[in-house]
Amino acid sequence: MLNDQGRPTRPEGAAAAEGTPAATPWTFTGNRALRVEEPLIFEIGRAETTGVDLPAPDGLAPRLGRLARKAAPDLPGLTEPEAMRHYVRLSRSNYSIDTGLYPLGSCTMKHNPRLNEKMARLPGFADVHPLQPVSTVPGALDVIADLGGWLCRLTGMDAVAMSPKAGAHGELCGMMAIKAAIRARGETRNVVLVPESAHGTNPATAALIGMTVRDVPARADGTVDVEAVKALLGPDVAAIMLTNPNTCGIFEPEVAAIAEAVHAAGAYFYADGANFNAIVGKVRPGDLGVDAMHINLHKTFSTPHGGGGPGAGPVVLSSRLAPFAPLPFIHLEEGRPVLVETEAGTAPGETPFGRMTAFHGQMGMFTRALAYMLSHGTDGLRQASEDAVLAANYVRAGLADLMTLPFPDHPSMHEVLFDDGFLKETGITTLDFAKAMIDEGYHPMTMYFPLVVHGAMLIEPTESESKASLDLFVATLRDLVLSAKRGETERFTQAPRFAPRRRLDETRAARSPKLRWEKPKPWTAAEAAE
Amino acid sequence: MRYHPLTATDRAEMLARIGVPGIDALFADVPADKLLTDLIDLPRMRGELEVERLMGRMAAKNVPASSVPFFVGAGAYKHHVPATVDHLIQRSEFLTSYTPYQPEITQGTLQYLFEFQTQVAELTGMEVANASMYDGSTATGEAVLMAHRLTRRNKAVVSGGLHPQYRAVVETLSDMAEDRVQALPPDPLGTEDILAAIDRDTSCVVVQSPSFYGHLIDLAPIAEKAHACGALLIAVFTEVVSLGLIEPPGRQGADIVVGEGQSIGNALGFGGPYVGLMATRQKFLRQMPGRLCGETVDAENRRGFVLTLSTREQHIRRDKATSNICTNSGLCCLAFTIHMTLLGSAGLERLARLNHEAAIRLADALGRVPGVEVLNDGFFNEFTVRVPGNAAAVIERLAERGILGGLAVSRLEPGRGLDDLIVVAATEVNTDEDRAAYAQALAAVI
Repeated sequence: MLNDQGRPTRPEGAAAAEGTPAATPWTFTGNRALRVEEPLIFEIGRAETTGVDLPAPDGLAPRLGRLARKAAPDLPGLTEPEAMRHYVRLSRSNYSIDTGLYPLGSCTMKHNPRLNEKMARLPGFADVHPLQPVSTVPGALDVIADLGGWLCRLTGMDAVAMSPKAGAHGELCGMMAIKAAIRARGETRNVVLVPESAHGTNPATAALIGMTVRDVPARADGTVDVEAVKALLGPDVAAIMLTNPNTCGIFEPEVAAIAEAVHAAGAYFYADGANFNAIVGKVRPGDLGVDAMHINLHKTFSTPHGGGGPGAGPVVLSSRLAPFAPLPFIHLEEGRPVLVETEAGTAPGETPFGRMTAFHGQMGMFTRALAYMLSHGTDGLRQASEDAVLAANYVRAGLADLMTLPFPDHPSMHEVLFDDGFLKETGITTLDFAKAMIDEGYHPMTMYFPLVVHGAMLIEPTESESKASLDLFVATLRDLVLSAKRGETERFTQAPRFAPRRRLDETRAARSPKLRWEKPKPWTAAEAAE
Repeated sequence: MRYHPLTATDRAEMLARIGVPGIDALFADVPADKLLTDLIDLPRMRGELEVERLMGRMAAKNVPASSVPFFVGAGAYKHHVPATVDHLIQRSEFLTSYTPYQPEITQGTLQYLFEFQTQVAELTGMEVANASMYDGSTATGEAVLMAHRLTRRNKAVVSGGLHPQYRAVVETLSDMAEDRVQALPPDPLGTEDILAAIDRDTSCVVVQSPSFYGHLIDLAPIAEKAHACGALLIAVFTEVVSLGLIEPPGRQGADIVVGEGQSIGNALGFGGPYVGLMATRQKFLRQMPGRLCGETVDAENRRGFVLTLSTREQHIRRDKATSNICTNSGLCCLAFTIHMTLLGSAGLERLARLNHEAAIRLADALGRVPGVEVLNDGFFNEFTVRVPGNAAAVIERLAERGILGGLAVSRLEPGRGLDDLIVVAATEVNTDEDRAAYAQALAAVI
């Protein structure tokens, strides 16, 4: 049972704690020494408390007309020490890349250098307004122009749209540019080819701009067949959206032929750049025939993921799409960056399709990514890609005899895909296996994605793991697999046993959504009578 | 290189264990003629000190808001953020974690998202809020698409008081989705008749209050007309601090409330990253885009939090999803929720009052400058002034004198005959000296 602070009340006899060994021994607070149960701010704060010292207002007559607020919002405040303790305690129930290996395939959890944080916080970057006079922000324009230059060079592309706020927003930008280009040709094409293994954002993006998605089946080896693409191409096809390396961790061997076929059919090649970190400095998407590709700065160039964001999704464009890049953009005049914010400022031949967001994009992410690039340099970036690929294949080599590889015929790129074949007849699922990894101190890999294999487990160790770290990870997974095969089922089905929470009831959360804190109902006589 | 833990010996041993002769064997699927043999022509690795120098030189070319009398607003606001906020968001466990896909080991993120949702719903006077959008402008675009799904109509009516760049985002998104937008002309005087534009084809009315020009808009009659026509009212704000003093949109009849949360906890950062806020009525929940965090219990009946209702989202619904949003602004939500927690109701109201008083004082000071006219009667912390001559040139001349005096409307609305208008913002960071310096400089440059 929960009390009104959401804490467990003392278990009544054995019944309440049956099968839940971690519930014992009981403590009065529900805490476990350093592991403290932290209430919500609404349970510990008071509306009259504030942790910010502000001068008293002078009491001038307000000029709000009839719209003055009638009742104050009910927002509890905490003083500075209370707030510090609350959020530090919350942080301690989070896993992070700084606390351990975080092998989430396709998410790319690599080291986040703190130099980048320091650079992003320089007042000249953090404390400038997007609409202050352009003459007072030449350094900010330099950052955007320099970063854009690096991105074009690394990808072998002609132009870059910097403003998209995240990878999926970049997809939207790239597909909008394609739609604008097709409109400019006076054509209507509303079909987008999307391989089965694509990220869910790809079909969602296509649908958002009124396109119809046509699935491209995957071959038995996890790659896309150029003949299958050709069979689907026609005058109604606007584009293909292809992830390369794909979500099975394989570089598409026929990518150049696919691009050629797509272009021959009058369509465009959109590349999902989520996995660009595998190939930086090794191959340029522009050389493969790509027309547009978003770059997740947070993945490839290691801006921290911050619990799910912010990201940044600049889009590189081929010469065919460059004229349609959205506002704002920067062009160079006599080597100096000039900011174009409205159509009135465009040059002949520039026909921007519109605007993705207010202001100029994720400047805070740009400064971090640029600091990362300057630190690595062209040699370091290539080394990072090679080490990421090396680490994935090393993990694969250490596990291939025990776990099942659905696509053994291709080398893995920066991530290695297993399926649940090795768990057959153990009664243990991919989910159980992942939860047992938590008890071993690891964040689980990506599960059940990509959808093309059953019980997928996608492992991406990244270049920032040492050999010792990879060796321990491999040894741990080997021990778990052998344990599963020995029939030690409870180690999996009961997992996690040692995490801040045991498995959470997601069905209950979805069936009766409770999305905000509500004041506990007042005590009633009816309840007391029970 | 300090970021790469593998040594040359490690690499050789690992390649041997894999059973390949060299690293390029692992790139065998790359067409041989496309695999780069040389390094791309860009600078080589640099040490920490050298990068600091390079970046520092770029940063030093800009004029930080804190270094001058500063009055630029128009969608992003200069406020003081307590030191605690930046310290806490830099905790490794917050900064370097991912989307909370494994709730048992991400309760820290999930609990603050739940706190954030509750704060936003309470502030806006709505029933439910999501766990952040990219920013206010994209949240506005998403709200319009959401209204189209809910009403099965596809014409949005957009007020001339909406931030021009928000309007552009709505227009772009709608244009690409083959939807329609009726954008009313810019409304610097706050006199537009938006009621006349609402009809039976209208899916939603998009109204910003305080408007781009600083006017406070009474949303109630607009909500009434919209509802009578079967349309929804989308209320937009760019200055969330205003909700500390102004009647929340939810209590004025709004159906979807969206806005920018940058003012609370987040830096100006030249435009991003910011945090979009979105709240709505319970009955519209399942058409709301973006992530939601919900309360539940674990196997031991302890309270816990999970991402929920993900059957609306792209990774499950693919082309049937409510939105393609994947990344959110999680860390910016955290900054928001910490700062809001430090403020509490009492602090927020005081902050809002200080902002309002700063604006009253500034409006009076500028209004006394001969030739300058303040257009607004009522406003929160932002208003519009008419200056003789070209406002963009005035802003430049002020900048030369070390005063960043606001935004010339013509920068965002060129060719609209609004060349003599400046949108000016005042906040708690402005001092009496700042305001006096502005008025004096303005008198000198016009």
